[in-house]
Amino acid sequence: MDRQTQDWLLRLMGVGLALLLSALILLALGVSPLEAVVLLFHGALGTPGDLAAVLTAWVPVLLCSAGLLLTYSSGLWNIGIEGQIVMGAVFTTGMLRLVQDLLPPPLALVLGALAGLVGGTLWAVLAGLLRLYGNVSEIFGGLGLNFVAGSLVVYLVTGPWSRPGTGTTSGTIPFPPSLWLPAFPGFAVSPVELALALVALVLVGIALRGTHFGLRLKAIGKNLRSAFLLGVPVNRYLLAAFALCGALAGLAGWILVVGASARHNLFPLISSGYGFLAILVVLLANLNALWVLPISFFFAAISMGSLELVYERQLDSAVGSAIQGLLVLSVLLTQGLQRRLLEKRAGREKARPPTEEEPAAD
Amino acid sequence: MKVELREIYKYFGPVRANDGISLSVEPGTIHGLLGENGAGKSTLMKVLSGYLSADRGEILLDGRPVRFSSPAQAIARGVGMLHQDPLDFPALTVLDNFLLGSPGSLFPNRARARRELERLAARFDFHLDPQTPLSALSIGERQQLEILRLLWLGAQVLILDEPTTAISAQQKEKLFAALRRLAEQGRTVIFVSHKLQEVEELCDRVTVLARGRVAGEAEMPCPTACLVEMMFGQAVPQGKRPAVPLGEVVLALEGLTVSDWRVEVRGLSLEVRAGEVIGLAGLEGSGQRLVLQACAGLRRPDAGRVLLAGKDMTGRPYEHFLASGVAYMPAGRLEEGLIAGMTLTEHVALAGRDRAFLVDWKAAAEEAARRIQKFNIKGRPETPVEELSGGNQQRTLLGLLPPGLKVLLMEHPTRGLDLESTEYIWGLLQKRTEEGTAILFTSADLDELLDRSDRLLVFCAGRTQLLEARRTSVQQLGERIGGKGFDR
Repeated sequence: MDRQTQDWLLRLMGVGLALLLSALILLALGVSPLEAVVLLFHGALGTPGDLAAVLTAWVPVLLCSAGLLLTYSSGLWNIGIEGQIVMGAVFTTGMLRLVQDLLPPPLALVLGALAGLVGGTLWAVLAGLLRLYGNVSEIFGGLGLNFVAGSLVVYLVTGPWSRPGTGTTSGTIPFPPSLWLPAFPGFAVSPVELALALVALVLVGIALRGTHFGLRLKAIGKNLRSAFLLGVPVNRYLLAAFALCGALAGLAGWILVVGASARHNLFPLISSGYGFLAILVVLLANLNALWVLPISFFFAAISMGSLELVYERQLDSAVGSAIQGLLVLSVLLTQGLQRRLLEKRAGREKARPPTEEEPAAD
Repeated sequence: MKVELREIYKYFGPVRANDGISLSVEPGTIHGLLGENGAGKSTLMKVLSGYLSADRGEILLDGRPVRFSSPAQAIARGVGMLHQDPLDFPALTVLDNFLLGSPGSLFPNRARARRELERLAARFDFHLDPQTPLSALSIGERQQLEILRLLWLGAQVLILDEPTTAISAQQKEKLFAALRRLAEQGRTVIFVSHKLQEVEELCDRVTVLARGRVAGEAEMPCPTACLVEMMFGQAVPQGKRPAVPLGEVVLALEGLTVSDWRVEVRGLSLEVRAGEVIGLAGLEGSGQRLVLQACAGLRRPDAGRVLLAGKDMTGRPYEHFLASGVAYMPAGRLEEGLIAGMTLTEHVALAGRDRAFLVDWKAAAEEAARRIQKFNIKGRPETPVEELSGGNQQRTLLGLLPPGLKVLLMEHPTRGLDLESTEYIWGLLQKRTEEGTAILFTSADLDELLDRSDRLLVFCAGRTQLLEARRTSVQQLGERIGGKGFDR
């Protein structure tokens, strides 16, 4: 068996394993797996409206994945990305509330986007400062800041920004349609959203591949001490990675408020786990910006498609996440197996005694 | 136990570390394995001790073929290896480390293990306190512990890979005495080294490796010239430092006091002139590293001043030191120098500290190819640095240094390197000094310190003393390192 066949077989095995485990879960819940696939597919891509919903979920995942490529390559686990999305949404909402009656809508939207960028950046830089100067791992700092951001939203929604007369957690007063991003006619996704997400990913891809900035980030990720001694200003670059990732997450927060299919207000759990989903995407893509594109789309499709499955079969809404989790585990397992086989094979091939034609290595 | 290796092949990518090596070692002897860096010594021994599996070939113990897929299997059959860098757990105590890797129960019998450890230690005159955390021990003491541990696990064949690189002369004497006793008891000792003198002093028989093959075998004693020729093909002359006219004072320390939790260097004053080489002598951890780091701006002095070309740099960040023409090369090449997983080209692009936004990969690859040629690195621009041998990693580090340095600070610039690499690296450094770079370096090799330095700064538990290299003998230097001549 040659190497490529083996690689493909392994990949198929990974997908097969994920399918098998998912099928077992579905069977345990009393749903036929085949039927579930049909429902998933139908839910995700059945109608233009479904596709629009998938794209709507895809955009924030893509933005966050682009940001996480930067932190991941510099060796950081930016778990705080959820909070950074939330803070982007909070700052956006605050800015829009401030200027919506004073400025023309396009200008208000742009100011809202800038505010979202600032909000996400601030929250990320805070996690960065905690890590660099407070000796708090960015994983724990990020988790903590996620909770703080979530609580802040609950406070704002039930307190200062609550709907007049009520004090529920259902969210702030929705913004008027003039403050929604313009959508395609009959297809509730804004070209602005899609374009922003794709441009962000392309720019990050270029930065990592072709710039000194990207090279230095990668150097820090692989060996912080050596990078520092070689003259890379490590702290500044780590903060920059945090800040840029936070900015992109903040932009995702802005889209979650003003996007064509958004709820157009601030509400608790507005980040909807897109940040965590993006962490899985980047993990699977293994730092390859190109792979982020299909993987994140696939995940968005499962997220949206599983809604239909859940609705039709009266299942718990966690089924979609469970399937995604199994998929990630299976792929990581396959990658691990692949590496093992590669090492073994390398050993075997080298075991041939040298022949006359082969020049001896020095 | 008689050890036979037959036709061992082990390749790493295109590198033929072992290219059909056959070797036979008689029980009750000390067998030397000699060869320059990258000759395949460590690889062969790792194959024998189960850390690596050979691509092809056979291992026989007392005539019976064996196959190890882990070090645990090897030690169960009586083959134990002492690695160049100790593979132990600094956070745990001596006794914990002793117990680690012992087969058997979930709840080890600590009291019994402790008695065993003390009994074994007494036999070889090693002094190890079972309750001390390993991090407080010297490399030499950690080695002693590892030897005891392997013997306790029933090692009949003991492999030592470059055991003398980081230990004191006293510890070396103890180690050699212990090895001789082990051989007398019928155990088989394989001593891997590139130091001719040690091999001549200790071994009964020697196998010389070169480029992954056996270059020759000899019964000891055997003329040095004969061994050198087997290793290198021709004799390499040892160089004394040619005089370089000294320039202005480039580095000045004024009443410098630096400390860590172990040792304090107090009130050191020193002026170093352009082109001068200062050797920092002393037992490991006597304060040399502290002083080097203070000179590099990596450690803030407790008191005193550091001046570069007359400018007070005390307390400034490392970046300012870099910008003023200071470079620091620590001992750990892959830990604090190079970046594993990155290629030579990437290192060149990284070290260039280019202000441009985009990386010119083509130019970087060309530059990498130029440096590879200039610094005689055995590798290609696209080779990841972790695939280079130690000597080539060291040359790469030198190749990454910017031109026109004022002060070059180095820890063990030639540690673990063979004679040829050492000569080559000092040739490069000599050129640097002729261009006006001052060099401060640490070394555990007294001959290197005496031959390469203008002046010596001897450290003993944080106290320092300056000596003229030309007027100092090995004996005198050894005495100073041992603490003679320092007023208490």
